[in-house]
Amino acid sequence: MTKEWRPRIVAFFCNWCTYTAADLAGVSRMKYASNVRVIRLMCSGRVDPQFVLDALTRGADGVLIGGCHPGDCHYAEGNYKMLRRFQLLKRLLRDMGIEEERVRLEWISAAEGDKVKAVINEMTDQLLKVGPLGLPQRFEEWDKEVTRLEEEIRGGDAAGAGCACAAKLQKPAAASKSEVAHV
Amino acid sequence: MQSTKENIRIGFYVCHCGHNIAAMVDCADVAKYVKGLPNVVLSRDYKYMCSDPGQELIQKDIREYKLNRVVVASCSPLLHEHTFRSATAAGGLNPYYFHMVNIREHDSWVHTDRGEATVKAKALAHAAIDRVAFHKALETKTVKINPDALVVGGGIAGIHAAMTLANAGKKVYLVEREPSIGGHMAKFDKTFPTLDCAACILTPKMSEVGAHPNITLWSYSEVAQVDGYVGNYKVRVKRKPRYISEERCIGCMDCISACVFKEPKFEDEFNEGLGKRKPVYIPFPQATPQIVVIDPNVCLNFKRTKGPDGTPIVSDRCKKTCVEACGDKNAIDFTQKEEIKEIEVGTIIVATGFKTFDSKRVPAYGYGIYKNVYTALEIERLVNASGPTGGEVILREGKNPDGSPKHPKSIGIIHCVGSRDKKTNVWCSRVCCMYSMKLAHLLKEHTGAEVYNFYIDIRAPGKGYEEFYNKLLDEGVHFIRGRVGEVTDWAMTPEEEGKLVIRVEDTLAGYVRRIPVDMVVLSSGLEPQADAQDVRRLFNMSCGTEGFFLERHPKLAPVNTFTDGIFIAGACQGPRDIPDTVAQAGAAAAEALVLIDKGFVEQEPNTAFILDEECSGCKSCIPLCPYSAILYDETRKKAHINEALCKGCGTCVAACPSGSIVQNLFEDEQIFSEIQGVLAYD
Repeated sequence: MTKEWRPRIVAFFCNWCTYTAADLAGVSRMKYASNVRVIRLMCSGRVDPQFVLDALTRGADGVLIGGCHPGDCHYAEGNYKMLRRFQLLKRLLRDMGIEEERVRLEWISAAEGDKVKAVINEMTDQLLKVGPLGLPQRFEEWDKEVTRLEEEIRGGDAAGAGCACAAKLQKPAAASKSEVAHV
Repeated sequence: MQSTKENIRIGFYVCHCGHNIAAMVDCADVAKYVKGLPNVVLSRDYKYMCSDPGQELIQKDIREYKLNRVVVASCSPLLHEHTFRSATAAGGLNPYYFHMVNIREHDSWVHTDRGEATVKAKALAHAAIDRVAFHKALETKTVKINPDALVVGGGIAGIHAAMTLANAGKKVYLVEREPSIGGHMAKFDKTFPTLDCAACILTPKMSEVGAHPNITLWSYSEVAQVDGYVGNYKVRVKRKPRYISEERCIGCMDCISACVFKEPKFEDEFNEGLGKRKPVYIPFPQATPQIVVIDPNVCLNFKRTKGPDGTPIVSDRCKKTCVEACGDKNAIDFTQKEEIKEIEVGTIIVATGFKTFDSKRVPAYGYGIYKNVYTALEIERLVNASGPTGGEVILREGKNPDGSPKHPKSIGIIHCVGSRDKKTNVWCSRVCCMYSMKLAHLLKEHTGAEVYNFYIDIRAPGKGYEEFYNKLLDEGVHFIRGRVGEVTDWAMTPEEEGKLVIRVEDTLAGYVRRIPVDMVVLSSGLEPQADAQDVRRLFNMSCGTEGFFLERHPKLAPVNTFTDGIFIAGACQGPRDIPDTVAQAGAAAAEALVLIDKGFVEQEPNTAFILDEECSGCKSCIPLCPYSAILYDETRKKAHINEALCKGCGTCVAACPSGSIVQNLFEDEQIFSEIQGVLAYD
């Protein structure tokens, strides 16, 4: 992971502008970094913040959202809805200690194949500098820490008396991964 | 998250697309990898999946292997999703059990490392395999198509499209911004390469449009608003006041001669400002409709002076002689107001044309500085028999010693003004070489002058075009290869005195030349209309980087836009000449007729619906919908989506706090499984 690590980017592109722009980049044979995986949605307004969090918890190092330019949305204003959500999401991610470079919203019109290339390359470079996010690994460590705590409590307590307490602790530890994944 | 009671059986196909994919992605390896994924019954790689044998392969496998899901990894779904859905349906499955993976435009064509591209293809394929398990059988909705059509723009493209539709028996609204239809073509004198007179071939078509029982012609009007969707557009058209009743005016033009302005004194737009007109005018003799217009900016009736009590009153200089001349026809109406018409149409053809490059943007060529520098469009009017000089080519500046108007003895035509230039527009405007040569021929014919063409390359790719170039060479027109550096009036020799000197590097001769001429013609390029961006938004279209309207596919859908039922024709899509424009207008009309004659269109069933038992009635979704498709049922305290109005953006789905809205084809679990899938393969 250390020597060959390449950032993994999950991208959500709207069907009408950014996905088409990515098609145009292909037709124009522009070359860009291969570590982006595009998921097609009809509109950037469909991007649920949960998708972004889910991608990060499953091992993405960055998430890119692409929509039509303001005023150009195929559905009139879905991109504005995304913009609002994105502002809130950014605050949430900052509070969680996730670097700002990891989640990016870009307006890319159907004619801007070169912008697809530029944004993906730039984001890849930035993520290479920031390094891996590794949330799944962190979850494992957190789980281990909880287990260690649990053992400490068990060890510190009089034998037998901590049983009920440990059973209670067990639950959140096991559930933490899936819970965060689906918040 | 894994479903279900159903026994999922997926068939996976990876397409080589000849070398397009196979050269950068190891297709056999992808197929082998996918074979090992859950629910995959069969995994194949094949040379051309979109070919008939490829599609038959899918159909055969569905029957033989009892597949109930199909995934094809090939090109963009925007290109072939429909093809493979049809193949899936032909195999006896619901077409929405199909999912497509884009490993060409998004993978093989944009990456340079075969290993990395193969890894990406595997990840994308994994996502599709995970996703398709959650696909459901869906029914396509059909939408009825209103048979009436709207054509926007009355140039040759709009005229031809409207005529084609009208001749097929469809009712057409033709909306034109100017007082008359005809567009740029009406200003031209002759057309290349046949040199047939533009008016002779255009005006019969114009009057046909004006008289056609199926065409409602609204000139001096603009589209103000477009709502609705394919087959059912509601359009508001703004009809500007021309202060003449269109019903009562018979086109006798008695009012024009009766106007208190005895001589025309206002700039005539149709003649590119070379001629003059009165406040009441008709743009040109063959204008269609033959209805006069009053220009409120200069007509005295619209000038206000202060009356005795200080209130503004109509100037007494206006004698209303036009009203008098009109007599009992009573067509003049100074009180006319802007009017909004509402129409319902099923299809729209946008043919709003181009504007010519503003030559003042290249100051080195002296347009607007030296009076004898002209744009090509000005020359079109100058050589035209119905133009401001009656076809006599007279210089703007300079007189003969006897005081008579001066004719040019030498003329320089500069090609590529505002074309093929990084400082202005990079594209080739396609028509300038040909119209420059046409003007060279006409100017030589009219004046007998020496004519020089300054060109970068001669581009004559059309039927009879190269022959026309050869004809010009035979006629003795000079061609000098080189981009002109500047046009100046600074004479260095006696014979340059009083002339415009064109400085150019003759790249064939290999030295810098100074050519003194009497007249300079700038072959300005073609640009998108100044308000192209507004028009684009109005019709929910896209523009290319240069600002021309974007077609759905440059080869396979050249007149379609990304909005169903809206088509483009002519130079609003990019520079093109008259033959190409007419061909494209016919194509756009044919595409519209496909929809109209079919009578209905199948729509993607990607609409959203509400899980009734989950909805908490919080109303968060209601203000989000731009189509007002979500209603609130007060009695049951639940939201409800009207599927006919829903266009399937999914904005409400993402916003619902209780997760009780589902978008078909983009369900939460489908997308979550796709996220999981793309990240499953490192």
